[in-house]
Amino acid sequence: MLSRTADNLYWIARYMERAETAARLLEVGARISLLPTVGGYRNDWDSLLRASGNATGYAAKYGAPAQAQIESYLFFDRDNPNSVASCLTSARESGRIVRTALTTQVWDALNTAFQELRQIESARGVQELSRLTDWVMRHTAMVRGAIDATLLRNDGYNFLNLGYYLERGDSTARLMDVKYYVLLPRADYVGSGLDNDQWSMLLRAMSAHRAFHWAYGGEITSAKIADFLILNPQCPRSLITCVAGMNNHIGRLAKHYGQTTPAQAAAARMLSELERLTADAIFDEGLHEFLSRFIRETAGLGGVIHDSYLSGDMH
Amino acid sequence: MTTYFNEMFQDGRVRAPYAGLEGWTNDMPADRRLAKQAEAEALFRRIGITFAVYGEGGDPDRLIPFDMFPRVFTGAEWARLEKGIKQRARALNAFLVDVYGRGEIVRAGLIPARLVYQNEAYEQAVSGFTPPKGVYSHIVGVDIVRTGPTDFYVLEDNCRTPSGVSYMLESREMMMRMFPDLFRENRIEPVDNYPEKLRRTLASVAPLKCEKDPTVVILTPGHFNSAYYEHSFLADLMGVELVEGQDLFVDGAFVYMRTTQGPKRVDVIYRRIDDAFIDPLCFRPDSMLGVPGLMDVYRSGGVSICSAPGAGVADDKAVYTYVPEMVRFYLGEEPILKNVPTWKCAQNDDLKYVTENLAELVVKEVHGSGGYGMLVGPKSTKAEIEEFRARIMADPSNYIAQPTLALSTTPTFVEEGIAPRHVDLRPYCLVGERIELVPGGLTRVALREGSLVVNSSQGGGVKDTWVLAE
Amino acid sequence: MLLTVDHVTRYRYDHPVRGVVQSHRLMPSRFDGQKVIDWQVTVAGGVAGGAFRDGAGDWVQGWTVAGPVSEIEVRVTGTVETTDLAGVLKGHRETAPPEAYLRATAATEADAALVELSELVTGAENVLAGCHALAAAISEAIAYVPGSTTADTTAAQALAQGEGVCQDHAHALIAAARAAGLPARYVSGYLQAGTGVSDEAAHAWAELYVAGIGWIGFDPANRCCPDARYIRLGSGLDAETAAPIRGTSRGGGAESLAVTVAVQMQEQ
Repeated sequence: MLSRTADNLYWIARYMERAETAARLLEVGARISLLPTVGGYRNDWDSLLRASGNATGYAAKYGAPAQAQIESYLFFDRDNPNSVASCLTSARESGRIVRTALTTQVWDALNTAFQELRQIESARGVQELSRLTDWVMRHTAMVRGAIDATLLRNDGYNFLNLGYYLERGDSTARLMDVKYYVLLPRADYVGSGLDNDQWSMLLRAMSAHRAFHWAYGGEITSAKIADFLILNPQCPRSLITCVAGMNNHIGRLAKHYGQTTPAQAAAARMLSELERLTADAIFDEGLHEFLSRFIRETAGLGGVIHDSYLSGDMH
Repeated sequence: MTTYFNEMFQDGRVRAPYAGLEGWTNDMPADRRLAKQAEAEALFRRIGITFAVYGEGGDPDRLIPFDMFPRVFTGAEWARLEKGIKQRARALNAFLVDVYGRGEIVRAGLIPARLVYQNEAYEQAVSGFTPPKGVYSHIVGVDIVRTGPTDFYVLEDNCRTPSGVSYMLESREMMMRMFPDLFRENRIEPVDNYPEKLRRTLASVAPLKCEKDPTVVILTPGHFNSAYYEHSFLADLMGVELVEGQDLFVDGAFVYMRTTQGPKRVDVIYRRIDDAFIDPLCFRPDSMLGVPGLMDVYRSGGVSICSAPGAGVADDKAVYTYVPEMVRFYLGEEPILKNVPTWKCAQNDDLKYVTENLAELVVKEVHGSGGYGMLVGPKSTKAEIEEFRARIMADPSNYIAQPTLALSTTPTFVEEGIAPRHVDLRPYCLVGERIELVPGGLTRVALREGSLVVNSSQGGGVKDTWVLAE
Repeated sequence: MLLTVDHVTRYRYDHPVRGVVQSHRLMPSRFDGQKVIDWQVTVAGGVAGGAFRDGAGDWVQGWTVAGPVSEIEVRVTGTVETTDLAGVLKGHRETAPPEAYLRATAATEADAALVELSELVTGAENVLAGCHALAAAISEAIAYVPGSTTADTTAAQALAQGEGVCQDHAHALIAAARAAGLPARYVSGYLQAGTGVSDEAAHAWAELYVAGIGWIGFDPANRCCPDARYIRLGSGLDAETAAPIRGTSRGGGAESLAVTVAVQMQEQ
């Protein structure tokens, strides 16, 4: 497969997942802002922008955070490469470039999302935020479903999945980090009712609160949350699930091509580290520190995948 | 009043090739026709087929109108056309090998040296080179119009990278899907083996240094190009990679593509980019679309490029007038297909005739294409004619003139029902180890009543083209 | 005359590049005026690519260097035995017809001043005499001033400012000759001028086609026709297409270039 084709497939997945992340961020933000204000903690929207890596871009354009502008920045703004509109457009454009590597169903799903986006854009301001985020979730699920249902399980399928898992792992880590920013100044909130409300919203934003209760029950504690979202392989968005997914698809590529690259070793290393980890160890390191490290390592793995398969400069 | 040859009805009777369509149209109520038309359009949009004949420009995402009424040839009619087209394709390639070699036709005084060697399309960079199998133009698109039962004229040749073949294939696909009965009742020659024939043609001109089964790729300028759909469509049907310049690189004496498993050698490049952009070391240094060093690999026999750089000198509108001479000179045969008589405004006598008869003539720019920069005398107002006269006088050598041809018509679905509309034909002749032609081509139709311009940018559409099995 | 050449071109990149591709016209032409005794072109770390003789009779050789690399050295060394043929390119085999050299390029477009100069040829009773007159007029009109023009200066610009280097002389002569209907081309090569090392030994001149005689070299920069001090490498429609080295790199930063050329007479 052409490296450029693989690169486009990988990025279709990353853009779709990133669009979903932007929608989830918006949802978390909207919900947090509905909570009663407690003096002393940081502006919620600000923390949201920081955690998602959008703070600099936003500040350059709008300055101080304001809800309406943040909504527009994360959903509609074409100047923001991580906005829903930018991601869906880029994913569809990548799809057009590698049209023949996709099935009609996958292309249809990508194209439909794009066409509907144009309608939404022309009727801006009419829809409620929650309907917009639902709409994003629905379309990202449709693309994902079309991929799983119709695509040949070849190297292209593995590159798509690598993109999905990598972006999703990154996004889970960033969403969890929102909590860190919100609560940073007042350690005495930890374990309070407010703390629980916020964790609960986070789970909700990841469509994971029901699953969490099924798996753990009882009080929401940060230890349980960390275990669920980081270490529990049953959780579809947990870091370990994402790293295991990458490991699996990188392994399949090695098998398919009959040769290994540095990417296999790098993915295996990340996975075995997570498998040996406990929630206690994470809190010893510091949740924020751990998440930052995970985000860095994920980016590093992305770089190795790029150099090994996507850059076209291998010999 | 000019009378036009109607391909279906003559003297109140239905001509033989269209006999199978008479009942079909009589039985089709208007609502069913409209429903079918809507179905076709939805299908085209769904597949995402967009189309623009090269050089026409315009919106890259637009659909070309599709007319469901097929255009039909009998086997005998086709046999003669096929012979004429192949003859022309052979002569054009012989001409190209000659003018980049010894230049016999120029030395014989049959064509002016200036027309060849000072032509913008003449590439000094391939002088002295003969490509594998002596083929420069591997896909020759010959634009043909009909004026009577046995009268066919060649309007122009396309020796570089004629486009539109995806529409030939998709139109057929559409017709078979919507009207399967028609294909059961009429014996229609298939065209769907075109991609396989094209692949074989390209593989047959692999360079000498290629010892294994040749790797063929299509080189596209990228997804912003108006014909990108066609590039990816053909790559898919041929089972070859669709590459951009950035996917290829030269290492030593060969060209490679960048794949997820490392570099893979490429033997034949079917390029859909212009000569000027192929290699920044040889042509335009600012080209980002090409592959640096490609021409050195090409000329030293490490890769084949189709069509060969420099092939455009054979399809220039001024060179066109000499094609019958080429047929006689290289093949020792009489041309089967006629050229349209052409006046060259560069010559004083011709210029005088042209300016005195503008109202009857079609005047074209020598390097223009796509129906722009063109005057159709009988369809123009006095003011338009006078304006054009001034343009000709300002730069006579940039213009040629031809009589207004009475283009044949075929029945076409229009708002009021069925009415005759003018058509032309572009078959695609494949030249490699063998010369082949699939029975059919792209029929373009001028949908506006009375219009003689079939270009899609000027209100043209396409039809399925049938050749009946004998 | 025996001439030895040592010509080094060094490319430096301020960031390593991912790869370099070059196309060379660095082999002495084969004609009655020169005979190669020995000749070598090396590219440090490079792979020799496809090679062929083109329609103009030049030997073209491709080279690639795989990156990352921050410096490339192209070295040309050798000895050529030359004979003075008064500029006439005798015994040179080429397939490209002279008519192919009538086409103007961006660098050789003739303006009114160049067309006026071309009348020295069209008005002359003898074409050859006209060519000499034209070459002399170009020498007069454009003073040799190093650094007064750039690689992109056109013939018309150089003539208008009245200053230039050998490239500008050649372009102006070519433009005027073509305006007179004479095929003309750009030639690159070496010139043994005095002793020592300089970059001026890499030289360029023009060839004009005179029916009945053939291609004849004229060097307006030195007011003469090429003789035994000249080594001819390759030709083209203008300086760009006749360049001894055409190349490009992928990725990386700015490129800087250092050239040294030594052409010396060998004691016989």
